[in-house]
Amino acid sequence: MLRAALPLLALPLVGVAEEPPQKSGSPGEPPPGLALFRWQWHEVEAPYLVALWILVASLAKIVFHLSRKVTSLVPESCLLILLGLVLGGIVLAVAKKAEYQLEPGTFFLFLLPPIVLDSGYFMPSRLFFDNLGAILTYAVVGTLWNAFTTGAALWGLQQAGLVAPRVQAGFLDFLLFGSLISAVDPVAVLAVFEEVHVNETLFIIVFGESLLNDAVTVVLYKVCNSFVEMGSANVQATDYLKGVASLFVVSLGGAAVGLVFAFLLALTTRFTKRVRIIEPLLVFLLAYAAYLTAEMASLSAILAVTMCGLGCKKYVEANISHKSRTAVKYTMKTLASCAETVIFMLLGISAVDSSKWAWDSGLVLGTLVFILFFRALGVVLQTWVLNQFRLVPLDKIDQVVMSYGGLRGAVAFALVILLDRTKVPAKDYFVATTIVVVFFTVIVQGLTIKPLVKWLKVKRSEHHKPTLNQELHEHTFDHILAAVEDVVGHHGYHYWRDRWEQFDKKYLSQLLMRRSAYRIRDQIWDVYYRLNIRDAISFVDQGGHVLSSAGLTLPSMPSRNSVAETSVTNLLRESGSGACLDLQVIDTVRSGRDREDAVMHHLLCGGLYKPRRRYKASCSRHFISEDAQERQDKEIFQQNMKRRLESFKSTKHNICFTKSKPRLRKTGRRKKDGVANAEATNGKPPRDLGFQDTAAVILTVESDKEEESDSSETEKEDDEGIIFVARATSEVLQEGKVSGSLEVCPSPRIIPPSPTCAEKELPWKSGHGDLAVYVSSETTKIVPVDMQTGWNQSISSLESLASPPCTQAPTLTRLPPHPLSAEEPQAPLHLPSDPRPSFAFPPSLAKAGRSHSESSADIPQQQELQPLMGHKNRTHLSPGTANSHWCIPFNRGGRL
Amino acid sequence: MGSLSSRAAVIPDVDSIRRETGFSQACLLRLHHRFQALDRDKKGYLSRMDLQQIGALAVNPLGDRIIDSFFPDRSQRVDFSGFVRVLAHFRPIEEEDSEIRDLKKPEPLNSRMNKLRFAFQLYDLDGDGKISWQEMLQVLRLMVGVQVTEEQLESITDRTVQEADEDGDGAVSFLEFAKSLEKMNVEQKMSIRILK
Repeated sequence: MLRAALPLLALPLVGVAEEPPQKSGSPGEPPPGLALFRWQWHEVEAPYLVALWILVASLAKIVFHLSRKVTSLVPESCLLILLGLVLGGIVLAVAKKAEYQLEPGTFFLFLLPPIVLDSGYFMPSRLFFDNLGAILTYAVVGTLWNAFTTGAALWGLQQAGLVAPRVQAGFLDFLLFGSLISAVDPVAVLAVFEEVHVNETLFIIVFGESLLNDAVTVVLYKVCNSFVEMGSANVQATDYLKGVASLFVVSLGGAAVGLVFAFLLALTTRFTKRVRIIEPLLVFLLAYAAYLTAEMASLSAILAVTMCGLGCKKYVEANISHKSRTAVKYTMKTLASCAETVIFMLLGISAVDSSKWAWDSGLVLGTLVFILFFRALGVVLQTWVLNQFRLVPLDKIDQVVMSYGGLRGAVAFALVILLDRTKVPAKDYFVATTIVVVFFTVIVQGLTIKPLVKWLKVKRSEHHKPTLNQELHEHTFDHILAAVEDVVGHHGYHYWRDRWEQFDKKYLSQLLMRRSAYRIRDQIWDVYYRLNIRDAISFVDQGGHVLSSAGLTLPSMPSRNSVAETSVTNLLRESGSGACLDLQVIDTVRSGRDREDAVMHHLLCGGLYKPRRRYKASCSRHFISEDAQERQDKEIFQQNMKRRLESFKSTKHNICFTKSKPRLRKTGRRKKDGVANAEATNGKPPRDLGFQDTAAVILTVESDKEEESDSSETEKEDDEGIIFVARATSEVLQEGKVSGSLEVCPSPRIIPPSPTCAEKELPWKSGHGDLAVYVSSETTKIVPVDMQTGWNQSISSLESLASPPCTQAPTLTRLPPHPLSAEEPQAPLHLPSDPRPSFAFPPSLAKAGRSHSESSADIPQQQELQPLMGHKNRTHLSPGTANSHWCIPFNRGGRL
Repeated sequence: MGSLSSRAAVIPDVDSIRRETGFSQACLLRLHHRFQALDRDKKGYLSRMDLQQIGALAVNPLGDRIIDSFFPDRSQRVDFSGFVRVLAHFRPIEEEDSEIRDLKKPEPLNSRMNKLRFAFQLYDLDGDGKISWQEMLQVLRLMVGVQVTEEQLESITDRTVQEADEDGDGAVSFLEFAKSLEKMNVEQKMSIRILK
């Protein structure tokens, strides 16, 4: 029902598309003289129609996907073909002649290349080459087999009298027909298999075959066509030889053209550093040039583009910027999907044109049966042979899917349309048969393959995230196998793969990759990088979620402010609070330099980090350009560190750190202290932890993080920066630990109340969702295990009440006046960054929270807070500028 | 067949080797041939030197470790049965293997676990049953190009260990190692077709 309804829904749209041509007829003679309004349909007709068709196709796609049920049952290609049929019928009815058909020229020059490029570029190359033997066998032997058997069988059918005598075709004609109908079509296969999700090996074999068989199809088609045109009598032995030779010329030539352009493309992108904006364009231009060049030389264009995409990807991806990568990906996908949609729709429309049709049941049925039968037979035979050599044999179920997945599509249709009726008198019959075959395979087989796959329990592709371990071990396995092959003295696949990789590393990559890209180019590193990005993204997503659900930006505040907090606390501590035993211990460990560093770092983080985030959030193009990468790296590292920190919380960190380098030694020592402290706190039940304590811990950790990021920022060198970050982070982590644990012992001085409020205000006003998110989730994660319950409680209370835990407020408020006065002289500059973050809340929130619940007692405190905030605000409304200003000198000092 | 078995008789203990490794006779013959080719001085065993002569191994990042795995317990020589035993890890798993062998007690050398164990011991240099952080770092240093800096390597190591380490001891035990690869088709990835 639904399926029937959907095309109908699309009808009104179609009407719109149809109308213009209609009107164009009437205003044929424009009135002389100056016209206020002129209808110039003819001037825009062609592009307008193209745009409209694409629009219709896209809208149809949208409509199809409105119902998930329909698209899950029926492949999109089927729906599109059906829609095309309906549209074609309408056009026919309205215009009285068939229009807007799939023109072979359009198809081969414009519609096919994007699809092939997309599939070549995003082809999983490892998988492809691992199965290259099978793919080539099916593509070459299989296609030849299909063409000859089908052609011969049809000829036999005719000889047997089962095909009506009006179909005037000789053996060569049938062979020609067989050659064009035998090729599995990449567009159709892709469209159907993408929705079926069979396992990768199966997919790559069927799909790879459909791509690579193009060369065979082209050759067969051309050879047969020229034979037919010459007349069978005139064909000589040398012509057969030439035919065989041309197979190699066309396929290898096509591949060579593709590789040459891939090389050019990679080389060009190496030098686009200053003109990033044209990077995506280059990819498309050169790939298209490869296609056209191959087409011009009558080589296999599909093969050329496939090889171009396959060959250039590694280098291009390394060279172009991150944004360009995304642009390439999306543009390619958009173009391909667009082309695919239009192809299927036009296919449907073209089928309506009865003037091309000439029906012969015998031929049609015979072709259908032979196609299915010989495909299956061919697959079984070839698989049997291949399995003798394959490590992992293809089992029966695989073979069934492969036979059944041999879909025919638009390529066959375009080729049959290209036939010359004067030379091939049976062309009309062939056209009709081809249309039926295409429709049958796409619609019937396309519809049933999914249930079939389910029913046969074909191994589905399981999508799992790559892990570093897997990547590493996979490389290990490759090396092991290569080594074992060496030992065994057999130069097999692994040997050559190893060879190739060494060659690639030594020469090709050096030549084709930007030096900076080459330096950091390593697969393991790559996975690491991607994992980090993924984590970062998911982290942000999560945070965002939390944020929105809570409806608060609140949590962010603590983190932002925490920076300042720590620095202040450090200062205070250093200045000699002997009150706390734990503090003392730590003090002994700390060197003067450390202290200095810490302070500087804190300042830095307050200043530098914030603007960075802001840029990120606003995505302003001007800032991303050169250092986008670097920044990203940093961010990633932070994420990474966060995770590490988490794990450190559990016992692990001891081990890691003892192992780490001498550089870490001091931090390590400190860490131990921190651990000791933490343990001490562990003893206490979470309940006992004052909110104050938890807050302090959290804050310090946060601040350390930021600090680390800042410190990294100080190093602007390309890759070095990254490196530094890594180290810095670990150190920072340690520090965070330490300070956190220190904070545990409640020292009233530690909490500078007033800055917090002010700080809060600032972030609040600027309202960076990002920041908030970042902070909040991080804080929750970072809190030491023992503290976590307390922290979680506080967080949850925050979220639910939109107000701070009341207990905390009192402590904050109580302290303010005194510390403030003390601090101001010392480090007035810190304050902006300082934000005593933690638990200060924007006044409005605090109020709201209060009104909601608890806190009757807090009211006076609140009042106290507000004046402070106002004061702070005035001084530090622009933290970013102030901070950055200050950071630099501090930074230097630290360096020295 | 007759000629095959008569030629195979050249190999000492051919039957017990076959039973242990599951290699076919033809394959054993080929390996024996190779063994003799590697054994330049016809001394009847291979030394480290013999294996190091293989040019391609010198450029294999794990080459030395793989050579070492041929010489368990610091022995300096490996005879044919030892040689074959190591290679047996890479025999593809056949369906009959799993069915028939299960009844007998020893796990075949080419079982998934043994394949994994072979890889594992390449990492675990000190043989304590765990891949420590240091060991992981060393492997990564071998595997990852020079272009990645030490710091980056260390953070990768951190993450790698952390990812696999489930009990939080900062090292990867064999079980953790196997677990981290449970989704990978190890049977396929650690097999060489010609070693049937």
